[in-house]
Amino acid sequence: MAVTILVPTALRSFTERKSEITVEGATAGEAIKALAEAYPDLKVHLYQEDSGEPGELRSFINVFVEETNIKNLQGLDTPVAAGGTIMLVPAIAGGV
Amino acid sequence: MISLGPGERAALGREGERAYPNECCGVLLGGIDDSGGKAVESLLPINNKGAPEEQYHRFAITSEDYLAAEKEARRQNRDILGFYHSHPDHPAVPSAFDKDNALPFYSYVIVSVENGKAGVIRSWELTADRGEFKEEEILWR
Ligand SMILES: [Zn+2]
Repeated sequence: MAVTILVPTALRSFTERKSEITVEGATAGEAIKALAEAYPDLKVHLYQEDSGEPGELRSFINVFVEETNIKNLQGLDTPVAAGGTIMLVPAIAGGV
Repeated sequence: MISLGPGERAALGREGERAYPNECCGVLLGGIDDSGGKAVESLLPINNKGAPEEQYHRFAITSEDYLAAEKEARRQNRDILGFYHSHPDHPAVPSAFDKDNALPFYSYVIVSVENGKAGVIRSWELTADRGEFKEEEILWR
């Protein structure tokens, strides 16, 4: 099932400058995993573990399915309809 | 290389002093030239969404804030170039926490605020492998 992922500017240098990428996946988690497989240089920025299998996303990557943060849905298990859109949206944090 | 105008310099100091002893934060909007140089044309202050008792050493800009900033950038025909925050009573050098939470490409401008008075402003970029923050030269227009 093809879904479209919108990639933020900061990560486009790892997706050959593409802002929209179509991947296969029935859930947000599956689609993002497919994206990371297609563009392995993304993994270090998307996932907490710097290597190995995709697991938890980094805290500064938020995922929106059809404009709703998956935190308010079923997390990475949130289903995505065929032709649906997933947005990767940075959250910015820091301090001293 | 990132360029900032006198208006941005004044605004960074003002925001940092206003938030002291807490941290201020916001978004840098502007344009990028063909060689990747960034020109900041406006600042978009964001209410620090860090927990109130942590704001003396933390700032947070939520994804919802980011989406709103992106919309504002489009309205101004500009791009999000990076983010700024203040370091109350600390030098304008990124912390380990800054690095853990940073993304490549963006500029991270830090204004040091000592005893309530804004001082040094420096800019930093995360390397593509997340290895380190590299200082980015600021051109004051
Ligand atoms: Zn910091």
